[in-house]
Amino acid sequence: MQAVVLSGVGKHYRLGQVDVPALTDIGFEIRAQRFTVLSGPSGSGKTTLLNLIGGIDRPDSGKVLIDGQDLGELDDDALSDFRARRIGFIFQNFNLLPVLTAYENVEYPLLLARTPAAARQERVRELLEAVGLADKARNRPNQLSGGQRQRVAVARALATRPTLVLADEPTANLDSHTGAGIIALMRRIQREQHATFVFSSHDPAVLAEADDAVHIRDGAITAIERRDEVTA
Amino acid sequence: MNLLPLAARNLLRNRRRSATTLFAMIVGAMAILLFGGYARNINLGLQTDFVRHAGHLQIQHRDYFLFGNGNPAAYGLADYRRIIDVVRADPVLRPMLKVATPTLSLGGIAGNYAAGVSRTVIGGGVVVAEQNRMRQWNDYNFPITTKPLHLSGTTPDAVVIGTGVARVLQLCAPLAIRNCPTPHVEPATGDSVPDDIAALAGEARAQRAASDGTTIELLAANAHGAPNVARLKVVAAVPQGVKELDDMIVQMHFAAAQKLVYGGDTPKATAIVLQLAHTDQIPAARVRLEQLLAQHFPGQPLTVLDFATLNSSYGQIVGMFGAIFGFIALLIGVIVLFTVSNTMSMAVVERTVEIGTLRAIGLRRAGIRRLFVIEGALLGLAGSVAGVVVALGAAWLINHGGLSWTPPGNVEPVPLTIRVWGEYTMLLGTLLGLTLVAGISAWWPARRAARLEIVDALRHV
Repeated sequence: MQAVVLSGVGKHYRLGQVDVPALTDIGFEIRAQRFTVLSGPSGSGKTTLLNLIGGIDRPDSGKVLIDGQDLGELDDDALSDFRARRIGFIFQNFNLLPVLTAYENVEYPLLLARTPAAARQERVRELLEAVGLADKARNRPNQLSGGQRQRVAVARALATRPTLVLADEPTANLDSHTGAGIIALMRRIQREQHATFVFSSHDPAVLAEADDAVHIRDGAITAIERRDEVTA
Repeated sequence: MNLLPLAARNLLRNRRRSATTLFAMIVGAMAILLFGGYARNINLGLQTDFVRHAGHLQIQHRDYFLFGNGNPAAYGLADYRRIIDVVRADPVLRPMLKVATPTLSLGGIAGNYAAGVSRTVIGGGVVVAEQNRMRQWNDYNFPITTKPLHLSGTTPDAVVIGTGVARVLQLCAPLAIRNCPTPHVEPATGDSVPDDIAALAGEARAQRAASDGTTIELLAANAHGAPNVARLKVVAAVPQGVKELDDMIVQMHFAAAQKLVYGGDTPKATAIVLQLAHTDQIPAARVRLEQLLAQHFPGQPLTVLDFATLNSSYGQIVGMFGAIFGFIALLIGVIVLFTVSNTMSMAVVERTVEIGTLRAIGLRRAGIRRLFVIEGALLGLAGSVAGVVVALGAAWLINHGGLSWTPPGNVEPVPLTIRVWGEYTMLLGTLLGLTLVAGISAWWPARRAARLEIVDALRHV
């Protein structure tokens, strides 16, 4: 079963008077309920690809389908609603809302998804327990360490039980020990909740945990590794 | 999603900037309210003054207002007593009516025969007791004391004149008026008056000079145009705020005025002055009066005029203060607009990554727009609420500071008061107006924030 299908996806950026190709004719599938890593050097296009999969950017050509839904068919509001319900984001810089507590940060996507109060409360507590921050629920991001902030971000990404969780270099701003802890946490939650996780990373520790790895260079797929097969 | 708590917390992030914006709004709201309170005070003060002297409504001959100035006696109301009785007895008007009293205007020449001087005067006759009741009217609770008319308790031939009239008629010394210079007049020479007439006049003058020196002769044309003269005793000279009035005004008892103008004819009044309990009763009272006049006095050329029509300066002054108030409010609105807009623009720049994050996790563009507009409106609300509180405090201090001023047309200073408390329309208008302006100010930065591309916003450094 495929969680994400990309076909003929292309994306260009305008740099002054020059068109810079970021992705060229990308086509591949991401298997559901897997831990997939988009791997490649800086500037290879993995963040652009992740943005297109997450529906926060639109391709110049080609199609992106999430659980069978062509994102190109959705207008801006519908795409926002789709993201709110179906996609979770984990950012390199955590991107927590500084004025909200850990609890409120996790609760925010549930408010956007109009989840009833009781279910919301139960879900937030469950997630903060799962990421080991139940005792930090009332803390604001500036009262948390980097690792704790990223744990809150993981809990926030999972709040609406999305079918797809996207993480852009989630360990880049963490020390290796904390980074490993975050990867282990995400791996555990991915297995427990049967979610599809897609990372962009060039961290070997992340690559080692991956079920599948998609290698990108200069905006093109160079290889796709699966646990049981290798396609070049 | 309830964006209100999020917006409120965002405002507290940069406290210094929010405080600066709030301060600007507080000063703005305070300026609007203090000036508005002052203007309101002027408006109600003028209204009180007019109503105390000339009532809310007057029943007059249809043409008296436009043509009666030249010959008031020709526009008298012969049926004035019956009209007053009908008005007083009417069950609809009775609860509204405080006073219904006749007045008679006249013009003529006042002379101090003993001093050989005279001058033209205007004035009229009033029912003193009823006029004194009218002067009790203080529906807006001004801190003023009411003195009875100087005619109170005087003989029927008593008259009160302006100090200017007293000065010209050389009555300053007998009336003990201070700061009243005496003119230096060269004695008349020549043959303009025949010797025998001059001798007679001198003899008569000598006899009059033997009196106490406060008697004047008032010459007025009667209803048929013939001259009538009354000898009146000046009981007081009262300064008027306007020199032209001070130099011309005379006031006497109503009966004496009627006798002077109508002699043995049917006595009339030139107006029936009606004072109501409250100014906002004017429209209802007017409608009822017109019904009564049509019903009981059909065919009579009667009209009902309100105090604003009778005193055109009232509308002009209120209009002038309204225009100044509008200008100040507009100016402050523009300042608030730019201040809040600048604050929100800076907030958008600072929170660009946050905007990208909110959009990525599913907040629609409209949600971002709402968030910033709510922040602006909250800032406006907080600023205007604080401004209202500060303005109320400042007004209280001014009202209890013992300050006074002399309004144009007044002789004596009156307490300086700022009417803010109780002016709910102005308070609410300022509160909502500034909140609205602040919300609108935030709209443009909010729109810019909502139009940011998510990936660009997330990349923002």
